[in-house]
Amino acid sequence: MAKFFQHLIGPRVSPEEFRAHRIRYTAPTLMFMLARVLLLVSLFLPYWHMELEAPQYPNGLFLTAHVNNLSGDVREIDGLNHYIGMRPLGEAAAFERSVAIWAIIAMFLLVEGAAFIHSKWAVLLAIPAITFPVAFLADLYYWMRSFGLNLDPEAPLSASVKPFVPTVIGEGGIGQFKTYAEMGTGYWFAVACGVITVIGFFFHWRAYRGLYRRMITREHAVASMEAIG
Amino acid sequence: MNARFRFRIGSALAAMLLAGVAIEATTLTAEAQQEGRRRRRSDAQEAAPLELTPAQVAKLTEVANSRSLNMDDLLSAAKTFTPSGRHDEYVLFSSGGQSGQVFAFGVPSMRLLRSIAVFTPESWQGYGFGGDNDRVHEELMINGKPVLWGDTHHPGLSETGGEYDGQFLFISDKANARVGVIDLRDWETKQIVKNPLTISDHGGSFVTPNTEYIIEGGQYATVLGYGYAPIEDYQKSYRGMVTFWKFDRAKGRIDVSKSFAMELPPYWQDLSDAGKGASDGFIFMNSFNVEMATGGIEDGNPPFEAGASKRDMDYMHIIDWRKAEAAFGAGKVKMINGFPVIMLETSIADGFLHFTPEPKSPHGVDVTPNGQFMVVAGKLDPHVTVYSVAKVKKAIADKKYSGSDVYGVPILDFDSVMEAQVEVGLGPLHTQFDDKGYAYTSLFLDSAVARWTLGGEYEAKNPEQPWKLVTKTPVQYNIGHLAAAEGDSASPDGKYLISMAKWSVDRFLPTGPLLPQNFQLLDIGSTGTDMPVIYDMPVGVGEPHYCQMIKADKLKTWTVYPEIGWNAHEQRMDPKAPKSGSEGVTRDGTNVLVNMTAIRSHFKPEHVEVNEGDTITWRITSTETAIDATHGFCIGGYNINLSLEPSEFVEFTFVADRAGTYPFYCTEFCSALHLEMAGYLHVKPKGLTAAPALDSVQAGK
Repeated sequence: MAKFFQHLIGPRVSPEEFRAHRIRYTAPTLMFMLARVLLLVSLFLPYWHMELEAPQYPNGLFLTAHVNNLSGDVREIDGLNHYIGMRPLGEAAAFERSVAIWAIIAMFLLVEGAAFIHSKWAVLLAIPAITFPVAFLADLYYWMRSFGLNLDPEAPLSASVKPFVPTVIGEGGIGQFKTYAEMGTGYWFAVACGVITVIGFFFHWRAYRGLYRRMITREHAVASMEAIG
Repeated sequence: MNARFRFRIGSALAAMLLAGVAIEATTLTAEAQQEGRRRRRSDAQEAAPLELTPAQVAKLTEVANSRSLNMDDLLSAAKTFTPSGRHDEYVLFSSGGQSGQVFAFGVPSMRLLRSIAVFTPESWQGYGFGGDNDRVHEELMINGKPVLWGDTHHPGLSETGGEYDGQFLFISDKANARVGVIDLRDWETKQIVKNPLTISDHGGSFVTPNTEYIIEGGQYATVLGYGYAPIEDYQKSYRGMVTFWKFDRAKGRIDVSKSFAMELPPYWQDLSDAGKGASDGFIFMNSFNVEMATGGIEDGNPPFEAGASKRDMDYMHIIDWRKAEAAFGAGKVKMINGFPVIMLETSIADGFLHFTPEPKSPHGVDVTPNGQFMVVAGKLDPHVTVYSVAKVKKAIADKKYSGSDVYGVPILDFDSVMEAQVEVGLGPLHTQFDDKGYAYTSLFLDSAVARWTLGGEYEAKNPEQPWKLVTKTPVQYNIGHLAAAEGDSASPDGKYLISMAKWSVDRFLPTGPLLPQNFQLLDIGSTGTDMPVIYDMPVGVGEPHYCQMIKADKLKTWTVYPEIGWNAHEQRMDPKAPKSGSEGVTRDGTNVLVNMTAIRSHFKPEHVEVNEGDTITWRITSTETAIDATHGFCIGGYNINLSLEPSEFVEFTFVADRAGTYPFYCTEFCSALHLEMAGYLHVKPKGLTAAPALDSVQAGK
């Protein structure tokens, strides 16, 4: 059991070794740290924007999604959406938004944990943070599609507006509205977090690869000796 | 503790610090971001500097020639034309005269922005059309009689330190001696107070420099408290007055319980102005008919117009209002019609009422921006007479009297307080000021605006000699008041001036025998004789008297009420306001309560069924939050129409005393499905036992 655990967390670095190759061991740690900070900060930044433009809204209507809430002209957009029978935006991704903060904190801690694990298993802990941007986008698309395709057939304008999939990124349109959607700063922070984590792993594994293999070799040697002995 | 561990702790702390700073910065950024996106759109409208090419000059010349415009016309057009979407620099709040309303115009475009109903029910704003017990009707009652109009005269913007602060607007009703209070956050009338002493008056509504009081001066002397006495007892029983309405800025209301009045001799008090700066603490008020003529042309007596104009001098009233306030505080008052009045003997004994002679049947008394001078325009004298407040203070201290009037009010010696007289022309009425040491006086008989120079501190501000006429610009015709940009405040802007002409005669297309008034815009931005008229605007909605022009950016106007369910009268969220999801009709005996919400494009509920004779309390909340998404709500045949502005809550009560089927609908074209925003009030006739149930109506659908 202890051996399994040791395999999992990998070898520790002796102070002498650390002093000898300071950069080798601190570079990945700093990268993971940067990734974590980016992810944490992204909590406070918008992940996605949509701007709606129509003649009677000279200042436009805006929708901003943070990981845990939707803000902007939600009320007005809901009011307009009722004409085409779209459900209120507040019903979209309600579960995802309610757990988002904890999920991000969990990812933060997992990446933190990954930095402590000097084996190749560390990558498992970082997978959520690395794949998070893709998951976010997929979820966004899922909800847009679900909302756009499930319009209330009893709505005032259901005869003239057929179900549609709103544009998730880029220019779209519905009725007299033009829509412009783009990913926000928070999302790019999350992407940067993922990319930096991957790069961090490269250096992380490069730093500990030798130590890890030496540890395994040593264990094999000990095992052989015991077998022989 | 090894180095590695120390490093970890250190870096964790650094990361937390970094994260803290980043979070702080990015939270602010995120908030600013949406605002920035909105701004980006409006910034795009900025015009590039213009340079005319020869081809463009030719085009402009062609247009000008085809419309017979000269260079001055083109310049006037360029100075006033306001392109689509561009906002005006100033807002002009004008009395609406006999319409009983206030009108707001943009300057320099002279476009009508909107009317504000005050003394006259107005259906678009739903003002006074809210059923049987409408608050407006109750406020407009005088002696138990609804008086549903007003002769609005003088708007007074609230001031802080002698400057317009853009918070409130007061407006007087000459015909019925009332003052209306308008909140400039939503441009709606919040209060109307009726003067308890006099039926009509003229000298409202002027404010003290910090809007401590709103001054309402009298005019036609009567027996105070709506009393009666034969005209033969005029000198004994008739009295003039000035009322000090205490303004409670936090509540946005006049506090009648802290207001008081002063008894004055039965001269016909006219306009007034509050001192500021050097003259802070004084009220200056004109009067005419110190002759105390009582008319009677039908009996061969001289008519008022002759009798009241006999003497060469009338009396300017000089009132130390802080001393008057102290006398009121000390209880030195007599209650007349339930209202505290400081009697003449108290004002004389406590030394806060003085007169000084002024020529001749004057109209306006206007204090210069620094407060050092008072300018009186005697309508039957070609001069403006300028008084020095320093000299007034000295004369009061030295008791330099030339006598006293028949009521014992001391009269300050004219020569001791007069600073200058400037001959400006015939029929001078009112004076306003600019930032270049000029004063502007309206000349009724000359139909002109006179520009003349002030002395004292103002002497260095322009090249001309002090106290001299500089130029006159003809206006069309019979100018009454005039208003320069912030021209009666402590720091006039010196940009635009409105001439409020009573007659327009030939200036516009004929509109039948009733012609509009003419508001003319003068450019007073230059010095010397350059003071052209640059715009004529017909005002065909009543005869405005006075107006004030405030820099538009001083107004902090709401475009949507702050919270859904807003009670605009109380300026707060109303817990009674129906919420989305709590709509319905409930009955308690013959009292029916309707809780309704309105949003594009439906009312909820859409059917309200009551019995003939039921008393209905109907509450509607607009759950809109978008700018300009206003709904109306009318019930035809019941004289009901409401304006439901975004987030507003309105309650009204009426007795459904006529059976029938009454469609109700939205009266503001709100949306593409506006016509569908309707419903039915079903009033079941009395004694109808087998009523066609509403269920069957719905079942038929």
